[in-house]
Amino acid sequence: MAIIETANLTYTYPGSTRSSLQDVTIEIKKGEFVVLTGPSGCGKTTLCRCFNGLVPHFYGGELQGDVTVTGLNVTQQAICDLAQHVGLVFQSPENQLFALSVEKDVAFGLENLGIPRDEIQKRVDWALRMTGITNIRERAPHELSGGQQQRVAIACVLAMQPDVMILDEPTSFLDPVGAQKIFDVISRLNKDLGITTILVEHRLDLAGKFANHVIVMDEGKVMLDGEPRGIFTSEDARLIGVGIPKATRLYQVLREKGVSLKRIPMNPEEAARSLREVLTLD
Amino acid sequence: MIEARNIHFTYPNGVEALSGVSVEVKTGEFMAIMGQNGAGKTTLVKHINGLLKPTKGEVLVNGTSTKKVSVAKLSREVGFVFQNPDHQLFCETVEEEVAFALRNFNFSKQLIKKRVTWALNLLSLTQYRQTSPFMLSGGERKRVALASVLAWNPDIVILDEPTIGQDHQQKEKLRQFIVQLNTQGKTVIIVTHDVEFVAECNPRVALMVQGKILADGPANKILTNRDLVAQASIVPPQISQIFFELSDQDLPQDIINVYDARDVIIKRLEAST
Repeated sequence: MAIIETANLTYTYPGSTRSSLQDVTIEIKKGEFVVLTGPSGCGKTTLCRCFNGLVPHFYGGELQGDVTVTGLNVTQQAICDLAQHVGLVFQSPENQLFALSVEKDVAFGLENLGIPRDEIQKRVDWALRMTGITNIRERAPHELSGGQQQRVAIACVLAMQPDVMILDEPTSFLDPVGAQKIFDVISRLNKDLGITTILVEHRLDLAGKFANHVIVMDEGKVMLDGEPRGIFTSEDARLIGVGIPKATRLYQVLREKGVSLKRIPMNPEEAARSLREVLTLD
Repeated sequence: MIEARNIHFTYPNGVEALSGVSVEVKTGEFMAIMGQNGAGKTTLVKHINGLLKPTKGEVLVNGTSTKKVSVAKLSREVGFVFQNPDHQLFCETVEEEVAFALRNFNFSKQLIKKRVTWALNLLSLTQYRQTSPFMLSGGERKRVALASVLAWNPDIVILDEPTIGQDHQQKEKLRQFIVQLNTQGKTVIIVTHDVEFVAECNPRVALMVQGKILADGPANKILTNRDLVAQASIVPPQISQIFFELSDQDLPQDIINVYDARDVIIKRLEAST
């Protein structure tokens, strides 16, 4: 079942002469883990803003075509209604944190929905635990490091337990182990709670293995849309400038030199396995 | 040349971010500082342009202690691009933004025009000349911040997380540009979590943990050392992970680059036939 659908979606920001989205038609099914990628400035963030109504309600501009999210027509719903179904973690965490303590920031969305105090307490504790920031619950978000702020922003959205969670480069300030932990958390929420997840990411070496659906955009258009293995090895993806995982890239450069591995590897373990076959052949 | 001599730094809130760092970066070197969030990487590089002064110890930039010169003066030599571009962008157009520092340094009108055009072209921003930086995407804003510093051609360039929000092609351009800066004798220091970018550049790498330098050496030695990498909260490059899995196959363990990996494997296959 489709949870997000767009049909011929075209959008232009106010004052801009060029459309940021051009004729975008996609379908995202309930429970999918989607990685949305493409060169910087290609329209990834703008598309995400259509999913929670920030486009067009907050940004204005001109929107043509249809966007439906959890059965709601985005152009006809208020942002606050959409917010109960769709959570967005912004690219820059500073843009969404404002309270004087981490705990208050995480509780804010729930308070606005009028959820009972006990339940808020429970969900805040849970969200802080899931993102590993229980120890900084009393600290002021603006005093934290970029990486810690990103965890707080994710906790804020998690606490809302949305149907769809959109994360716009949520780990860009985090060290690789920290990023891996966040991706593991996101993947677990996707699997265990069935939250449909849309991850905007350039670092496919870290994020690629979690995806079961990849969308590649360029200049406001959807260029590639499908399952990851096919997309990572397509010549098109490389030409658009998608940073395919190095394990997959090794497969490609070996093939150019006439060495074929049996399977297209998506991660180092798979690459090592295929290479072992070739190396121990003789 | 940059010399940090046993520097300590404590923030006003009492957090000791640097606890005894000594490091020497020679003119024309390319160094990447890596490590866990909160390890003190950004704090360390902020000492190089004098934004922070050590609580104990001293930092010498080309022989002069940073305690003796103003940030304004130092910045002519040391260009610094912040982690978050929104912390340094404020002008109404991209062009204005890039020209701002040049005006402050009293460059001639003609030279300003030339440098701005050069920097915008270098970072593929020419089409946004008259656009407000705040209308641009996150990755594009990062490039405006880069352009605004590179425009005045400082001898030492410090880039805090330069690859954030950049796609593969932009990263490749950045890599080539850093190589070019190096050949011109400029010193480049980057702070980064992007192991795959470092694996492609193979610079000198300093790993930081809890306000100290844990290890310092060539990328292909440091990033393939499983113990060090784990202590610094880094994931080894994918190529290194592949070769580690195949360590029983008697392959070299200091490979981090795709093309080196390909060559080693092909050589091995040719030898066995």
